[in-house]
Amino acid sequence: MTRRSIALVTAAGCAAILAAVAYAPQVLRAQQAQAPLPIHQVPQAKDGGVVVMLCDGKTSMEVKGLKTGESMSHAQAVEVTRELMAQWQREHPNEKWQMAQTDESSQPVPAPSAASGADVSKPSSTVPSMEAGAKPPAKGMQQGDTYASFTDRDYKVWKNETDNFVAEGKRIFHSDKELGGTIGVSCDMCHPDASNTHPETYPKYQVQLQKVALLRDMINWCIENPVKGKAFDPNDPKLRALEAYILAQRKGVPLNYGKH
Amino acid sequence: MAARHKSVETKYMEERDAVLRGLRGLDRRTFLKVLAASAGAVMSKGLITPHSFQLVEVANAAPDKTAEATGMAGKPPFTFAYISDTHLYPRTLNQRFVRGAVKAVEDVNALDPQPDFVLFGGDLAQTGRHEELELGRQILAELKAPVKMMVGEHDWFYDLGDSWKDMFGPPNYSFDWKGVHVVVLMSVHEKDFWTARKLTPAERMGIVAGLDNGIQSRFEVGDEERKWLSDDLAKVPHTTPLLVFSHSPLYKYYRNWNFWTEDAEQVQAILKPYKHVTVIHGHTHQMLYNQIANISFYGMLSTAWPWPYAPTGLPPLTIQMNRADPFDQFDGLGDGQLNVRPDGLADKIYNLWDRNPVSVKADYLISHGKVARPPAPQFASY
Repeated sequence: MTRRSIALVTAAGCAAILAAVAYAPQVLRAQQAQAPLPIHQVPQAKDGGVVVMLCDGKTSMEVKGLKTGESMSHAQAVEVTRELMAQWQREHPNEKWQMAQTDESSQPVPAPSAASGADVSKPSSTVPSMEAGAKPPAKGMQQGDTYASFTDRDYKVWKNETDNFVAEGKRIFHSDKELGGTIGVSCDMCHPDASNTHPETYPKYQVQLQKVALLRDMINWCIENPVKGKAFDPNDPKLRALEAYILAQRKGVPLNYGKH
Repeated sequence: MAARHKSVETKYMEERDAVLRGLRGLDRRTFLKVLAASAGAVMSKGLITPHSFQLVEVANAAPDKTAEATGMAGKPPFTFAYISDTHLYPRTLNQRFVRGAVKAVEDVNALDPQPDFVLFGGDLAQTGRHEELELGRQILAELKAPVKMMVGEHDWFYDLGDSWKDMFGPPNYSFDWKGVHVVVLMSVHEKDFWTARKLTPAERMGIVAGLDNGIQSRFEVGDEERKWLSDDLAKVPHTTPLLVFSHSPLYKYYRNWNFWTEDAEQVQAILKPYKHVTVIHGHTHQMLYNQIANISFYGMLSTAWPWPYAPTGLPPLTIQMNRADPFDQFDGLGDGQLNVRPDGLADKIYNLWDRNPVSVKADYLISHGKVARPPAPQFASY
């Protein structure tokens, strides 16, 4: 479990950029658990560019030639990040940012209440974080396992990822072109809202195929026959997304494999 | 495996085919005898479920007791056929839907006697292009009986009806037929969702074509056309039976899929003074029927693809059709006939391809399910 972020706050006070550096998250999470998010005062630009700031709320530099609202190229953003970090290092010669990936001492994050008394030497506790910490367990609940360390933000990110995956499946489901169809037929024409796909009934013996079929076998059958396309490889991202969409439409329906 | 195992369905279809082959060339009296005998034989084997291999009355409606009781006897009964929801793409892109449409035309042309007319229930085209409508027009031109056209949203929302009106005339009209007043509605108007979004005609059509696309508005007959309907009916006595054709169901079934007419209650109110009203609608691609006060509703089958029943809102009188077999292109599809009785009510025959036809009687609907219950499905929705 790592947390890799430095927020670069622009003069406009927006557009945080994520970079692959972690700042000893245990401490921060413990100390920031209930604290409001810090508001950084970003200096005015002097040369007509945009000022960006590290998430310590202090180290900043001006990106010349960049107008407010414009995006940096990836290469430029990497260069700016490198320069900010170099600046921070000059100002903190005896301290170091930890790269979470290479930090062998990095341990599964303990729950905040367990971590609050822990001795953590670095970095300076004044360094703020953009993230709220995990909630302490409610009274009467167990604590300290892997899942207890996840934050609301984690859950939001995961939900977003999952919903995007399902949405991608929905898009393919509704597009004869994405399905590779050749006669203008898409899944939704017979299965609005993925109705009558009954994914909860697989695996089952599919009489017409004379074998036990999984949902993906039936998806591929439909793609080859009514849709008149080519069956997807079982690992094809499109087939995976279609499965995700179809299953997501049957949330709450009991699994009932083998049902005819 | 030496000999391939024959499924129950295969054996059943083979028996059925054999019986039907034997029936060719028989006169009507012998036909009925053979049919009764073979049905009895199958039943005695215990092979059948309650709904399979039932004798279906396909003869023209005979004068019935209801008609005599209501004093409507003497009006000639008649039959009309329907084809609906062909959803044609250009022939070069998609042959599958062309096959369905052609099959329906062949079915109707094989009816003997021929129906008085054929209702086309809307959604001739899939994406409203002139080429698609023109293909449909050519296919329907093969019908021997006269065709009454109705428009669907797939025909309309590319050019807002320009091509369709050029080919087929006004989308709403009425006529009288053997004592029944027939009204054809354009029930799939939508409030403008496209201008503010700066959508192209193709984008607008694409959104309307998607059943589960929440961007579009709900279907409506609209103020102007409801006014037209009221005016049209002003000269029609309340004792005259009405037949109303609309593409969308003139009631609220399932909003998310636009199995819906937003101003349904207002339209029903206009029809309320009439004793016998039958609404025939397309759009839902399934066996579907309903009774609301004085109005009997029948949904039509599609020739392109079947739709699952919506998760909620199915009228309690509707008995689901068996789930369609995706491995059979024509299963769950078909066309049908309506036998209009002397009292102006109509019995409906769902002519399901690759299945036995199912007959739904007006008596079932007006008795709210007390009599003439249609057969139950073996496999209803998941």
